[in-house]
Amino acid sequence: MHVRFRLNGDPVAADVAPTATLLDWLRETRGLTGTKEGCNEGDCGACTVIATDADGARTLNACILFMGQLDGMAIRTVEGIAGPDGALHPVQQAMIDHHGSQCGFCTPGFVVAMAAAHLNGRTDHDDQLAGNLCRCTGYAPIRRAAEAAEAAPVPDWMRDAPVKGAEGSDGSEGGAKEAPSHGTVSADWGHRDSLAATGASAQGDPGRAGAGFRPRNADALAGWYAQNPDAVLIAGATDVGLWVTKGLRDLGQVAFLNGVTDLQRIEQGPDGLRIGAGVTMTRMLEAMTDRHPSYAELIRRYGSVQVRNAATLGGNIANGSPIGDNPPALIALSAMLHLRRGDARRSIPLEDFFVDYGRQDRGPGEFVEAVTIPDGPDILRCYKLSKRFDQDISAVCGCFAIARDGGRVTAARIAFGGMAGIPKRARAVEDVLLAGGTVAEAQEALARDFTPLSDMRASAAYRIEAARGMIARACADSPLHVLEVQP
Amino acid sequence: MSVARPLPHESAALHVTGAARYIDDLPVPANTLHLAFGLSPAAHGAIAALDLEAVRTAPGVVHVMTAADLPFANDVAPAAHDEPLLADGIVHHMGQPIFAVAAVSHLAARKAVRQARLEIVERPALLTIDDALAADARYEDGPRIYAKGDAAAAIADAPRRLTGRIEIGGQEHFYLEGQVALALPQEGGEMVVHSSSQHPTEIQHKVAEALGLPMHAVRVEVRRMGGGFGGKESQGNALAVACAVMARATGRPCKMRYDRDDDMTITGKRHDFRIDYDVGFDGDGRVRGVEFRQYARCGWSQDLSLPVADRAMLHADNAYRLDHCRIESHRLRTHTQSATAFRGFGGPQGMVGIERVMDEIAHALGRDPLEVRRVNFYADADGDPEGGLSAPRPSAPPGGISGKMKEADIASRGALHEVAEPVGPVHAPPPGVQTTPYHMPVTDFILHRLTARLAETADYDARRQKVADWNAANAVLKRGIALTPVKFGISFTLTHLNQAGALVHVYQDGSVHLNHGGTEMGQGLHSKVRQVAADRFGIDVSQVRISATDTGKVPNTSATAASSGADLNGMAVKAACDTIRDRIAAYLAGLHQTDAAAIRFEGGQVRAGGEVYDFPRAVALAYMGRVSLSSTGYYRTPDIEWDRIAGRGRPFYYFAYGAAVTEVVIDTLTGENRILRCDILHDAGASLNPALDIGQIEGGYVQGAGWLTTEELVWDDKGRLTTHAPSTYKIPAMSDRPRVFNVALWDGENRAETIYRSKAVGEPPLMLGISALMALSDACAACGPNYPALDAPATAERVLAAVRRARG
Repeated sequence: MHVRFRLNGDPVAADVAPTATLLDWLRETRGLTGTKEGCNEGDCGACTVIATDADGARTLNACILFMGQLDGMAIRTVEGIAGPDGALHPVQQAMIDHHGSQCGFCTPGFVVAMAAAHLNGRTDHDDQLAGNLCRCTGYAPIRRAAEAAEAAPVPDWMRDAPVKGAEGSDGSEGGAKEAPSHGTVSADWGHRDSLAATGASAQGDPGRAGAGFRPRNADALAGWYAQNPDAVLIAGATDVGLWVTKGLRDLGQVAFLNGVTDLQRIEQGPDGLRIGAGVTMTRMLEAMTDRHPSYAELIRRYGSVQVRNAATLGGNIANGSPIGDNPPALIALSAMLHLRRGDARRSIPLEDFFVDYGRQDRGPGEFVEAVTIPDGPDILRCYKLSKRFDQDISAVCGCFAIARDGGRVTAARIAFGGMAGIPKRARAVEDVLLAGGTVAEAQEALARDFTPLSDMRASAAYRIEAARGMIARACADSPLHVLEVQP
Repeated sequence: MSVARPLPHESAALHVTGAARYIDDLPVPANTLHLAFGLSPAAHGAIAALDLEAVRTAPGVVHVMTAADLPFANDVAPAAHDEPLLADGIVHHMGQPIFAVAAVSHLAARKAVRQARLEIVERPALLTIDDALAADARYEDGPRIYAKGDAAAAIADAPRRLTGRIEIGGQEHFYLEGQVALALPQEGGEMVVHSSSQHPTEIQHKVAEALGLPMHAVRVEVRRMGGGFGGKESQGNALAVACAVMARATGRPCKMRYDRDDDMTITGKRHDFRIDYDVGFDGDGRVRGVEFRQYARCGWSQDLSLPVADRAMLHADNAYRLDHCRIESHRLRTHTQSATAFRGFGGPQGMVGIERVMDEIAHALGRDPLEVRRVNFYADADGDPEGGLSAPRPSAPPGGISGKMKEADIASRGALHEVAEPVGPVHAPPPGVQTTPYHMPVTDFILHRLTARLAETADYDARRQKVADWNAANAVLKRGIALTPVKFGISFTLTHLNQAGALVHVYQDGSVHLNHGGTEMGQGLHSKVRQVAADRFGIDVSQVRISATDTGKVPNTSATAASSGADLNGMAVKAACDTIRDRIAAYLAGLHQTDAAAIRFEGGQVRAGGEVYDFPRAVALAYMGRVSLSSTGYYRTPDIEWDRIAGRGRPFYYFAYGAAVTEVVIDTLTGENRILRCDILHDAGASLNPALDIGQIEGGYVQGAGWLTTEELVWDDKGRLTTHAPSTYKIPAMSDRPRVFNVALWDGENRAETIYRSKAVGEPPLMLGISALMALSDACAACGPNYPALDAPATAERVLAAVRRARG
């Protein structure tokens, strides 16, 4: 397909395979080797680039950024961080002055992420750089460098404008027949094809990639998807990207949704906040900061800045993962899910969408259009348990909306991720609390709700034990978290 | 003076602009092929059928190789000839390479290997330490045993006794740049290989062997690695050899890089260990006698496991004088990735064992663990009027070289099993001198003073009280604090590896170009060596350039490992520079009829008699005077001798010291935990570059703490590594560093005559991370009366289990 974008200030028009990654294109086609491949799955940040569109400048992982997503964007790589005359960017000079590089391989990704934060005036460095892994420095000098560069003015060359008048393709036909449906998940709870690592499996279907369709609005998407129900819908590509880079799949027919601006709205309706499926997790975090701060804190630990800038609310729900972090929070909030097929729309409680492991209540050609969070006082408490605090998939995610009148529980909606094949309510626990049971009785009831699995993130027994700990915390008066403890 | 200055890394400007080239960034000829391995899906079994037809016909595939297609040696082992490049009938771990594909692109090769039809008749796989013990599957005939005094009797006679066990997980290196190699075929069958390797000579040797060529037909270059940490000491062999044999077969350049998941699935990691201990002690916590049984899970091939396990034994004492001590070491063979070198090389595991013992003794006695540690310390060097180094002894004369050495990889640390090493007579220590369990005098101990100063600057006593106050007031969140020391032995324990070479050229314009045997993996070796060279000539570091490490420039190099890079190569470069400088001085002395020794090289100038020359002018004069301005340099570490079978001698030239205080908080509802603060005081001798040394310390601590907390390797019951990517294997992220992180260098110089009296700093700081594990243990112990016996890595899950044990 044909894409037009800007690269380090210069316009580019290219015919590309829609699901070729920007990283491969930069390194192999353009010879821009400053952007590194560290993991090829969006977890290490060595491939970080800055993408600018109408919403502003933000970082993305180039390894799971498809060429078909780029139309209309301005991309800036590490080669474009220094000035045209070779003058170093303030973050580059600070990294030298503060000894922020050792082996140097992660450094370009850090420099780009730091330059983006600098451009956007962000000084929450631990969050801004949570998606960049360094194995040499222990991060202390990088953090010092980021702080040192805060006050320096933004260099002129950093102010990119998106490409004006870029047109999406009309979606010429092509591609394979056996395209995986957006509604399926891979066998591994981590969304990783567990056979991929052995390399010897007969997986993969090499062949040419199909053409990419770029709808400009939800109507266009609805019409096309109803006609092409086997196509793969690609929103942020933080999950689908791995089907390509790790699963080595040919996705066949694909549609890129990042140009569907009417799915990216957040609107206050009569009964709640309606959030379009295309809203990124970055914007979701902003939307929740005042409304449900505990949910916002959960999202702060969801992926990394690069991942949250790409990942969408709709994608996190539609892929049906049992370990997505949004569904437990949204279920606890009694969120409604809005689905659409062609012109037919229906709304269901979100919890009913998740039928069984790998199976959702979503028909062929039907897609997630939006979610509505009902208005109400904030009683939500979210607890995310993972091996590492930042940028890690939850072993257990527990979300609690418990209303009390005096000491009595008047309403309780509790949902967990990571405890079953789907995000699921803890109805037995809710019942105990509503019946005036003790915390211990509620903890006991958890075993009636869940029989979790053991995997690389946690054992089944620990999942139960930790989820019981979450119940205790949710019922306690001052639920101080270890992240809130000061040295 | 260019030494001792905190200059930036020599490549810093290239790093931050993305201009620093790694192997995958090198422009390559247009006909370059890209390789991928097809991997075993089973942990152990016989290959019953291997149908590669679909692989051969896959888009872009040019050539496919199996073991049968290899022209010469099918071996990439660093020592024991037990590691075929491609599986030869039997597979020994899940992820072992079975065949190699060369295709027109990296992606085409990766896709093609998945087209194989493979039938494996599975055999029972030994996956765990218990599996291997039950099957008596081990390397070497039986356990190695080092002993001093009579441990069993001392334990039996001691007033108190306890026994226990700690399980210590392994660690993935997670170098950000994965394994990669590029082979460029030359005229006459010669081969040039670019390898991301800490050991270019090893690559050269294995490639030559695989091509049936003498080593002189293979040249290996290493400009820089994107991280190594020990993971590129032997693990790059397979890629380099695969590229070379494929280049030979096709006549085309061949490049191979592992995708991250393949990298983690194929390559070895830090050895996981189980350590059982039995200790007798008195009411002050002083150890009367101790026995350790160390079980190392070595994986499917021997690799470097023997010296790794040796070093674990050599650090079973850490900083403590153990007069009655017995250490038994089991090196177990399993059907898992072949565990390999990793920063510390077994030392960290051995050290965790004794630190656990100190922690548990303190708990049993209800004392501050720091008190118990202190009463067990070796005596400080300055407490001994004869303190300092023992008198130098003549180095052992080279022994006879056995015929077997010719075929062994004598430049590998793993060679000790193969090579009848020329061990001279090992001298007994002088009577009355404190010695390690391996009978080496400890004469440079500084930890009494160092820990006292750290305890003061970190406000240890007051904070320990504050932690206790917090714990009394908080039921859910508990804090813990611990101060742990490090004493780490510096030298390759395979004595003959302690040598290095250099080649220095001074050009007629006064610029200096040099090479040495060490490799740059981010540690700043080239930066330090450049400072040394600049200092010898009295010029600015900008006048000195170090190009890629090259087996054609400096031959027979040892791996850049064992923290030895600056010690060995700095000295070799100094020797070469001094040779040239002395030649220039002698020439100018002749011109000025003065004493060569009086000629000064400093500030970019040369002062000869009353004359002052700019350095380039002095060089030009020497050139016109037909003075050779090029020299090699060579260094070998003095005063070391080691008998690894007897466990006696002086394997180390000196010890590096340090200590850390870590404070943590845990959540007793979920086990979640976090490092709050860390204070470090570390001994880098007279630092060659304090900024780089502090970088090694900060980075080493975080890496060590990561090993012992969030970094968990998980294998399933089929032997599949399920944590094979950063999505599931969690190295520390930025917010995991201690929020308060105070790092200082001990103000002292090395008593041993090292380069500018500096000390090695690559590995020792990793073990400062043990303080994080011990602080977590302290926090768990605050939850109840029992000893929490916290295993590593202390994930939230293990912390919660330890809290439960503490509560009883």
